[in-house]
Amino acid sequence: MNSRDFKGTMVGVPAPLVDGPEKVTGRAKYTADMPATNALVGRILLSPIAHGRILSIDTRAAMALAGVAAVITGEDCGVPFGVLPTVHDEYALARDRVRFRGEPVAAVAAVDEATAEAALKLIRVDYEELPAYYDATSATAPGAVLIHDDKPNNVVREVHFDLGDVAGGLAAADLVLERSYKFAEVNHAFMEPNAALAEYDPLRDTLCLHTTTQVPYYVHLTVAKCMGMDPSQVRVVKPFLGGGFGGRGDTFHFDIVACVLARKVGGAVRIVQTREEVFLVHRGRPYTEMTLKLGMTREGKLTACHCQALQLGGAYTSYGIVTLLYVGSLLYGIYDIPAIKYDGKRVFTNLPAAGGQRGHGTVDARAAFEVLLDEMASELGLDPFAVRRANLLTTIPYTTAYGQKVMSYGLAECLDKVEEASGWIARKDKMPKGRGLGMACSHYVCGTTTPVHWTGEPHATVILKLDFDGIVTILTGAADIGQGSTTMAAQVVGEVLGLDWSRIRIIAADSMLTPKDNGSFSSRVTFQVGNAALQAATELKAILVRAAAKRLNCQPEEVECLGESFRISGSEKTLSFKDAVAEALVDTGTLTIKGTFTSPMEFRGDKKIKGSAIGASMGFSYAAHVAETSVDEVTGNISVEKIWVAVDVGRALNPLAVEGQIQGAVWMGVGQALCEETLFRDGRMMHGNLLEYRVPTFMDSPEIEVHIVESIDPNGPFGAKEASECPLAGAIAAVMNAVAQAVGRRPRELPMTPDRIFALIDSREVA
Amino acid sequence: MKSILSLKVNGRLRTDLVPDNMLLLDYLREMLGLIGVKSGCDGGECGACTVLVDSEPRLSCSTLAHQVAGKHVETIEGMTRGGRMDELQTAFHEKLGTQCGFCTPGMIMAAEGLLRRNQQPSREEIKEALAGNLCRCTGYVKIIESVEAAAEACSKAGAQ
Repeated sequence: MNSRDFKGTMVGVPAPLVDGPEKVTGRAKYTADMPATNALVGRILLSPIAHGRILSIDTRAAMALAGVAAVITGEDCGVPFGVLPTVHDEYALARDRVRFRGEPVAAVAAVDEATAEAALKLIRVDYEELPAYYDATSATAPGAVLIHDDKPNNVVREVHFDLGDVAGGLAAADLVLERSYKFAEVNHAFMEPNAALAEYDPLRDTLCLHTTTQVPYYVHLTVAKCMGMDPSQVRVVKPFLGGGFGGRGDTFHFDIVACVLARKVGGAVRIVQTREEVFLVHRGRPYTEMTLKLGMTREGKLTACHCQALQLGGAYTSYGIVTLLYVGSLLYGIYDIPAIKYDGKRVFTNLPAAGGQRGHGTVDARAAFEVLLDEMASELGLDPFAVRRANLLTTIPYTTAYGQKVMSYGLAECLDKVEEASGWIARKDKMPKGRGLGMACSHYVCGTTTPVHWTGEPHATVILKLDFDGIVTILTGAADIGQGSTTMAAQVVGEVLGLDWSRIRIIAADSMLTPKDNGSFSSRVTFQVGNAALQAATELKAILVRAAAKRLNCQPEEVECLGESFRISGSEKTLSFKDAVAEALVDTGTLTIKGTFTSPMEFRGDKKIKGSAIGASMGFSYAAHVAETSVDEVTGNISVEKIWVAVDVGRALNPLAVEGQIQGAVWMGVGQALCEETLFRDGRMMHGNLLEYRVPTFMDSPEIEVHIVESIDPNGPFGAKEASECPLAGAIAAVMNAVAQAVGRRPRELPMTPDRIFALIDSREVA
Repeated sequence: MKSILSLKVNGRLRTDLVPDNMLLLDYLREMLGLIGVKSGCDGGECGACTVLVDSEPRLSCSTLAHQVAGKHVETIEGMTRGGRMDELQTAFHEKLGTQCGFCTPGMIMAAEGLLRRNQQPSREEIKEALAGNLCRCTGYVKIIESVEAAAEACSKAGAQ
C-alpha cells in the first residue's frame, strides 16, 4: 500500500503549511484570542513556600470583594490526576500539602484582571513549613520527610536491566572508559503562554474547554474525571497552538481550575498565564547525572555499555517513569552493542515537576554516549566517523536485545553526507586555534506502539467525508502544534486521490467533530495518523473508481484515477471528478470513510523484558551531525558557526516542513548545549522570564545545513518516518565535541556557559 | 482615569476613550480586536507584540496607549491590503518562516520596520534587526530566508 499510489504530486513536494495564511496575516486564533464576551478572568494563587502543610485557608475577604464571582481551593478539587494512568498524584489546587514554591493553592474568578489580582492578595493561607529538598542527596537521606507518603526514600522509580554479558564485554575490551556528565534542567519555552477558556452551560450541564494542549484527548478524560462529569458532557478544542515540544503533553491544573470556576459561576472563565507561571508549570527535561562506562576494541567496536542515570523529577511524577525508561531503551537501536546494563533512578524534589521534552528521555543519555565515543576514538587514535561505522547495525531488519525492530536504517548514508558536506577529512586536523570540529549521531522513535492510555482501540483513526460539493473533508483528532501535522494529513490524502489543495479541507482536534487521537507526542503523528489517512484515502479512491467504472461502462480495474478526472486506461473516454462523486453518492448519500492504524504486536516490545513497551516503535529515524565552533578564551563565549546535519526521515512527505523541523531540533540542541538552564535558589525560581532563561537569539544561532536521507521505511506512510526529535541530541554532542577540540579539554557539564568554559581552560592550565 | 486618545491605526483615524494606564497591547487586542498582536512574555522579553509606530518597530507590551497619541500604529492586520498578502507575509508563508505562528506577527512587523529603512539588508543586518524577537520553532534559518525573499520580491516589484 505504501508506494503503490505514490506519484509525487502532493507527497514529496515542498509545501507551505495549509494554515500558513492564517498565521502570517494574524487571523489565526490561539486560546487567548478566542472570543468570549462575558468570560470572567481566572487567576491562581501560588504557594510561597517549597514544602509545607496547609493548616487553613481563609477566602472570606476575597469572596467579599466587589467584582469577585468565585473563589475555590483544594476543597473544590478533590479528584487526583496525572498523565500516567497508574500514577495520579496531583490535585488541581493543593489539598493539605504544598510540595514546591509556586504550587497552585487557590483560585478566583472576577470581572477583570485587577480585581482578580486584588482578590488573590486577600486570601489568607497558614502553612506549617516542612524541610524541603532540592537535590538527590538530601531528598534520599535517611530520615528525610517524604514528599509523597507512598514513595519511600523520595524515589519516584528505579529501573534496572542487564542484557548480555557486560562484565565479559568490558573484560574483552582494549579500552574501557568511565565518565560522569551533568545536564542542567531545561524548559520548552514555547512562545505562546498557557491559556484555557472554559465555558459551562448550566442549562445542559455541559462544558466546553479551549486549551493550549498537545493531548486534547487526555485533557478530555482528565477534566471529565476531575469534574465528576461524564466524558459525553465535555468538549475539548485545541485552537491554534504556539508550540509544544512535549511541554503540553499533560493535563494541567489551569485546565481543571478554569473548568471548576466556570461551573461555579455558571458561565465562562478564561485563564491566561504569565510567562513566570508558565515556567512554574514546567515539565521540562530533568536535571540528569549520567555515569557511562563503555568498552571498545582497538578497531573501535563497542563491546559493552553500562549506563547509570539519576534524574531529579521535581514534586510530581508526570511522565517521570516513562522518561526514565526511555534513557535505557534508546541505548538500543542506533548501534550494535553486544551487552548493555542500565541503572536508572528518579528522585522527587521540592521543585516544579519535570516531564517530557523533545527527544523525551533519550537526549542527555545520547549526548553523553556520543561525547564518550569521541573521547575513546581520540584515545585509540581513530576517526570518530570510523568508530560510528564500526558499530552500525549489522543487518536490516534488526531486532535489538530489548525487543525493538529496526526496519529501515539510513545512518550510514547520514554519516557519508555530513562527512563530505563539512569537509571533515580535509579540515578536521587543521582547525586553527580556538576552533573545533565535532561530530555525533542520534536517533528517535516514530511513535510508541503501546499508548499509555491502553483501550484496545486502533492507534490512530481518521475520517474522510465527501459530499455533493466535491470537497474531501479530513476529520482528525491530531493536534497540530506548529509541526504541520494538518498539512501532512492533507498531503497524504491529496496524493492518494490525485487531488490538489482546493478540494481538501481539514478539521482537527475538536472532540465534538473529530475522532479521538492520542495526541502529538513521541513523534507518532506522521507515522500513525499518516497511515490512518492513507488507508481512508485508499478506500475512498476505490469507491470513486467503482463509481466511475459504472458510469464509463467498464471494469474498475480498467479505470485510471487522474484526480480531477477518471479515464478508461488507454482510451480517451473520461469522467469528471464531479460526475464520479455524483455517481458514488447515488443510493448512499454523503460518503464517510474511516481509516485506522494499529501497530502490530511484534512491534510492541519484548514481553519478557519489563518496561520494554517504552522505546518500542515501528520506525526509528537517524541523524548525523558535524558542528563547527569557536571559543573566545577571553570572554568564555562559544560561537557555533555552522552545523551540518543529515537525517534519515524515511520518505520526506513534505521536504520543506522536514527541513524546518530538523533546523528547529538542531537549534534547540544548540540552546541546551550553550545557554539554557533552569535555576533555583532555596526553591525559589531564578529563571522565570525569557531574559534569565536564555534561548538563543538570531545573533547566537548557527547556520544549519540540512541533508535529507530517505531510507523509505516499509511501514511508514509512503515510507515516512519522523524528523523533529531525533536531530536534537546529536546537535548537543557535536557541539560538545567541537568545543573539546577548540579548548583542548572535554566539557562534561551543560550548559557550556562562560564560567564552565573558564573552568575547562583553568583545568588545562593547571595540568 | 480615562482620557481621549486620537491616533491612526492601520491607516484609519480613531478616537477612543482609553484608560490612562492601558498598555498599547491591550488597547489593540481588547478594544480594537486586533488579536494578531501577541503577548508572549511578562514585558519586553520576546518581541511577539511588536507593532510599527510611525514605521518604527515598538513593543506594544511596554508602551502605554496614550504614548502613541497622534501617531500611526500598524499591526499585522494592516499588512494585508486589497485581499492580498504583502511580500513579507507571502515569503513567511512560502518559505516556512512560520511554524507554530505565534511569533510570526511580531517577527513580520519587525522585518517590515527593517525593510522600510533598508531595502536590501544583509544577513547580518536582518539578524540584528530581529534580535529582539524570539522564535522557538524554526532556529531562525527560514525566517532569515523569508526576509531575504521578501526584500528581493520588493526590489523586483519596485523595478517594474
